Amino acid sequence: MRPVAVIGIGKTPFGAFHDRDLRSLAVEAGEKCLKNGHTAPTQVDAFFLGNFAGPSFAGQNHLAPYVSTALGIQGVPATRVEAACASSGSAFFHAYTGVASGVYDSVLVVGVEKMTCQPTPRVTEILAGAGDCAGEIKAGSTFASLFAMIARRHMYQFGTTREHLAAVAVKNHANGALNPDAQMRKVITMEQAMAGKPIADPLNLYDCSLISDGAAAVLLAPAERAGEFTGKPVRVLGIAQASDFVALDQKPDITTFPALRRASGKAYRMAGVGPADIQLAELHDCFTIAEIIAIEDLGFAPRGEGGPFTLAGHTARTGDKPINTSGGLKSKGHPVGATGVAQICDLVLQMRCEAGERQVPRHSLGLAQNLGGSGATCVVTILGTV
Amino acid sequence: MSEATGTVYTETVIHSATEAFAADVPYQTAIVSLDSGGRVTGRISGERVSIDDRVTRVEIRAGVPFFRKIA
Repeated sequence: MRPVAVIGIGKTPFGAFHDRDLRSLAVEAGEKCLKNGHTAPTQVDAFFLGNFAGPSFAGQNHLAPYVSTALGIQGVPATRVEAACASSGSAFFHAYTGVASGVYDSVLVVGVEKMTCQPTPRVTEILAGAGDCAGEIKAGSTFASLFAMIARRHMYQFGTTREHLAAVAVKNHANGALNPDAQMRKVITMEQAMAGKPIADPLNLYDCSLISDGAAAVLLAPAERAGEFTGKPVRVLGIAQASDFVALDQKPDITTFPALRRASGKAYRMAGVGPADIQLAELHDCFTIAEIIAIEDLGFAPRGEGGPFTLAGHTARTGDKPINTSGGLKSKGHPVGATGVAQICDLVLQMRCEAGERQVPRHSLGLAQNLGGSGATCVVTILGTV
Repeated sequence: MSEATGTVYTETVIHSATEAFAADVPYQTAIVSLDSGGRVTGRISGERVSIDDRVTRVEIRAGVPFFRKIA
């Protein structure tokens, strides 16, 4: 295996764009990325598209060549990867293996979702397709309710409180307010976050990520050639993907994500670093409780301590372990299939010192964690400039 | 050991649902640890339940088990 680098990034803003379709969003991100990586479409050896539910949201299948040809990428393998909310994290992982193994020299990964073309109850139904439709979903579960049940159990076992959950939302909104590409650039108070409209107890509106349109793209190349394309290459030091049960009721303990633990353990070993070395992270806060559990499963805080760790300010932009300086899925937006690649883009921005008002001072070692469903897929990536 | 009785492992009351369940909100779902082993996701009928409450299955509707709190 040879070292791999991210040589280009590109993103659309995230939001509700009623005049944009899936392909135009994906093409915008892809074109920005190719330009950023000083690469022509004809130089790309393979194309991966991360997308969760284009066929359900937009009625379009065969999405990878549908997007790649619109980008001027002709003839090469074009493959869509679906792993629920970890679709583009998984696409990135597979693109990485293609370059690391020497099969490809230049791979473009685009993640995209166009969600706002459907009314909210239909969006909820499409998202529920990432759960076990023969069991938990048939019983009336939504994704918010699955994470609500996780939160209830976490509260019961560890004493996690509503205030801990709210602290995640307040912190991520404070960060997103500084991100010009974020969907909801709005600072919220603890009082607001505690008193949101109930969605699935104990979660309220402020515990839930947004329904979004958007796309993000990254370009990968062998690290030894990265200097030909960019003055600021960022290396993939460690990466792993892992899997687990789709149905929540099959998991022995729902207060932890075994796929996250497995993936992060492998990624840490590959990079030769540990949790204490990580200087900033983009974590999958689809619901506030998910960020708290990720903090614990990644080893940033002991089990059960993710809530107090957040409330104490460690994960704030000015803290010693800044998490989701982009605003996270909560404030930046969560166009499901775009999220994994968008996390990589946001880390790279910080690591290139291009994050503007939300730039953090320590940015040479970053971690991205992308979760699918209620934990059935997890991808962990460690990036470095050292 | 009965597969009709068990203990609440976790629960939630849902206020925002898919179209198919919109008429039912608010409703409670729970993951129940069955006395016979294993867990199942079901609906709660009647009184609200909390973690560790004992429940019994009162019916199976369209393949979905409905549980009620044992007083």
